[in-house]
Amino acid sequence: MELQAVLMAAGGGSRMMELTYNTHKPLLPVGNKPLIWYPLNLLERVGFEEVIIITTKDVQKMLTPDRLKLDGKMKLDVVCIQLEGEMGTADALRHVQQKIKTDVLVLSCDLITDVALHEVVDLFRAHNASMAMLMSKLHEFTETVPGQKGKKKAGEQRDFVGVDATGQRLLFMANEADLEDGLTIRKSIMCKHPSMRIRTGLLDAHLYCLKRCVVDFLVENKNISSIRGELIPYLVRKQFSKSVNLPNNKDEVEMSQKMEGQTNLGSCKDEELLRLTQERSCWNDHHGDMSEAYHGGKVRCYVHIMEDGVCYRVNTLAAYIEANRMAPKLIEDPPIHPSAVISECTQVGADSIIGASCQISDKTSIKRSTVGASSTVREKVKITNSILMNGVTVEEGCNIQGSVICSNAVIGRNADIKYCLVGSSQRIEPDGECLTVTQNAVSV
Amino acid sequence: MADADETSKQAERNTNVGDGIAVKKQDIARAKNEGKELTKDEKQRLRKEKKQQKKNKKDDKGESEHENVPLPPSQAVVQCQSQKVCTSEKPAKSKAEQRAERRARQEADRAAKGKKGESAQQPPSGKSKAPPNELQPVVKRLPEHVQVDDPAAVRKLAKKLERQQIPVRSEYGYKVSLFSHLHQYSRKAPLTQQISIPSTVIHPYIVRLGLQYSQGIVAGSNARSIALLHAFQKVIQDYKTPPNEELSRDLVNKLKPYISYLNQCRPLSASMGNAIKYVKKEISNIPCLCKEEEAKKQLLSCIDNYIKEKITLAATTISAYAIEKISNGDVILVYGCSSLVNHILCDAFDKKRKFSVIVVDSRPRLEGREALRRLVKKGICCTYVLISAVSYILPEVSKVFLGAHALLANGYVMSRVGTSQIALVAKAYNVPVLVCCETYKFCERVQTDSFVSNELDDPDDLMVTRKGKIHLENWQDIRQLGLLNLVYDVTPPDFVDLVITDLGMIPCTSVPVVLRVKNVDQ
Repeated sequence: MELQAVLMAAGGGSRMMELTYNTHKPLLPVGNKPLIWYPLNLLERVGFEEVIIITTKDVQKMLTPDRLKLDGKMKLDVVCIQLEGEMGTADALRHVQQKIKTDVLVLSCDLITDVALHEVVDLFRAHNASMAMLMSKLHEFTETVPGQKGKKKAGEQRDFVGVDATGQRLLFMANEADLEDGLTIRKSIMCKHPSMRIRTGLLDAHLYCLKRCVVDFLVENKNISSIRGELIPYLVRKQFSKSVNLPNNKDEVEMSQKMEGQTNLGSCKDEELLRLTQERSCWNDHHGDMSEAYHGGKVRCYVHIMEDGVCYRVNTLAAYIEANRMAPKLIEDPPIHPSAVISECTQVGADSIIGASCQISDKTSIKRSTVGASSTVREKVKITNSILMNGVTVEEGCNIQGSVICSNAVIGRNADIKYCLVGSSQRIEPDGECLTVTQNAVSV
Repeated sequence: MADADETSKQAERNTNVGDGIAVKKQDIARAKNEGKELTKDEKQRLRKEKKQQKKNKKDDKGESEHENVPLPPSQAVVQCQSQKVCTSEKPAKSKAEQRAERRARQEADRAAKGKKGESAQQPPSGKSKAPPNELQPVVKRLPEHVQVDDPAAVRKLAKKLERQQIPVRSEYGYKVSLFSHLHQYSRKAPLTQQISIPSTVIHPYIVRLGLQYSQGIVAGSNARSIALLHAFQKVIQDYKTPPNEELSRDLVNKLKPYISYLNQCRPLSASMGNAIKYVKKEISNIPCLCKEEEAKKQLLSCIDNYIKEKITLAATTISAYAIEKISNGDVILVYGCSSLVNHILCDAFDKKRKFSVIVVDSRPRLEGREALRRLVKKGICCTYVLISAVSYILPEVSKVFLGAHALLANGYVMSRVGTSQIALVAKAYNVPVLVCCETYKFCERVQTDSFVSNELDDPDDLMVTRKGKIHLENWQDIRQLGLLNLVYDVTPPDFVDLVITDLGMIPCTSVPVVLRVKNVDQ
């Protein structure tokens, strides 16, 4: 077997508590499908037959195949973890370490993308890399997000990513928060790679291919708790570290041994033949200096940067809204579910999605919106640029604009809701007018 | 008419196969009922039956051709049914009867041929003993990779790949008309796009190897062969014999789709072909009584020995011979990056010979840079020129050392494109040209020009950026423009003075002798 897929679905969605306080993040509806459907669909399309899903007990109950509407026969192996201790992604990977027998593809449940996965995996295979990851150009969110006055707060921490001239080898990765004194790049890196591009407008898709020995290394080093936060920067630094020759303590020796060699069991013959091949091959990844391919380094990290295409991480409210906009492009199902009952005098725009068993009455107009399953929309309602989750009831004469209505909410008649977030199971009084966001809707 | 013939034969074939399968199923069911595996005798018997059925099918074809009567469909069906009856009785006939049948058929053929011979001119007496096969037209099969412009051949290849579950790689770009019979692929459309990501049909090591071939990470015939054998070792290690199958037969069948896949990624080299033949032969020679673990260990050690003997030790031997030819004060010209020539030069430097090297390089691969790096790192004095300057520097050169991709049976040397040019110019200046080549790269093919069989690389490699602009960016839009990126060319033996192999230093025309000796040895 070549690769095993591990899907991390235990995150709490801490950056969009308004949505996740009631519904767990993997089950948030995007385009009327649970959020976790998108990475699972990606894996299935590409040919995976088994996925290990790490999640909490509550989510596990909901992860049955018919609920997930998966067409194929992908086998889901759901592993539960408790949320009491703060378990990072690396801790979760350590938890399922026994199940992992080959190289592993880790993804996050909030990734919505149509990337050609073979691009990432090919980098991993061809260069025998320790790690290959996916990044994408950051798209500016243009929609107004309920609850945020003015532009997005500029305090968002940027990632600084340094890649070499080919744009594939990852040389440097740091978050703005760690760079208080400025960006320092070691001279040895500049000597080996004189041409480096540092990019800041990149979104980390949290999709990583990791070698088996990296997983083993994680098991040994229990102080690493987050893949993105600690493991990846460590690997990127380790590509150029000289501690290979001068280990400081026993841990370093073991780490370097695990990182360098192929598996320790089996043959040193393995290494021998690979070395012979590389010696006789007339290929080098760089030109202009006297070192051999890869500068003789055994740890290599690669990145595939998507310039165009869809790639979102749904971990903030703005991203959630944007993803709902983009969802029709990714789903092959018809936007209007066949079981929805839509009366004749309604206007449903081409880029709207209507869920199953909806009832849309006369003289309503739905533009650029998503209406969840089993929702009821009465007469003379105007819904624009909004997201209605499952089971929402909208009475007559309402005007909903740019808002997010969570599941089972009821909007009273003639209410006027602009750029609001209505919490789950809340009730808006008739003739209410909402212009700002709150957790519980406020009637004016 | 012809279609009816074909369909009837197809039906016949199906029924024969059906019979065979039915018989086999009965046997297997019986064996299962008895509670043990098929014994060796039974397996042999099953195999003989299959062979018999195949032979009957061929005989029918042969007979109908000889009769030269197009059978109407009804007659063909009748014949097919009678055949069905016959085949079900076939296993009952003894060997002697079958032999008698065969002899009678051959007599009939010879008689028919004799009649034809009388009416035509007198055939020379020597030919009268020729086997009856000569009457049937001898079909010379062209290899598939030089028939890309023939839709029938392309369809046949597609069918074969479909059967083996390997995706077909699509051609790319406009091909120059002289070379339109060869494949041309794009590096940006790898074959991995079309296979599932945790690859199940093809072993992961083979997928990785194919990717490394198509991206040029493993390049050079020695490197490719070693990488191939390494991947085969991994495949053998992970192999498990399915029940009711023998390792010696099943493993060879397992390797066939992998070889097709690698061929699709990049056409196989002659050295790889010889290595594959060797591995297949070793696998078929595994005795059937051998246990799986032992068989695997034996195969792995065979492959290790092959690499040690044919590649590593051969390199040492060749460099020992070559050092006799390098004297102090020599100026040696090398072309591109040949692992063997680099090895020789490094060895000679270690043995304290004083010489300097001129490295000649050519676009688009610019492999000479890598050779230059390795030689300079060793400490050898080097000069670097492009191939356009070859006639300028040749007056200063005392010897030319060239590497080879393969040595053909008529003495021609197949090597990186540009080699024949260097050999030609060296001949014009009376500079000796020495080709260094291991014997495992000797190939039974015969070629006198570089057009018939070659490899077309990605045409986009010819695009180059100057001052931020790529002039050939939209070359596909210009209808009259074709980009040609050849990989190999052949050098005639007149331009080569000596071939240094691990068997000694031989003239170019002795290659067929070496091949003959090798075959006798094996």
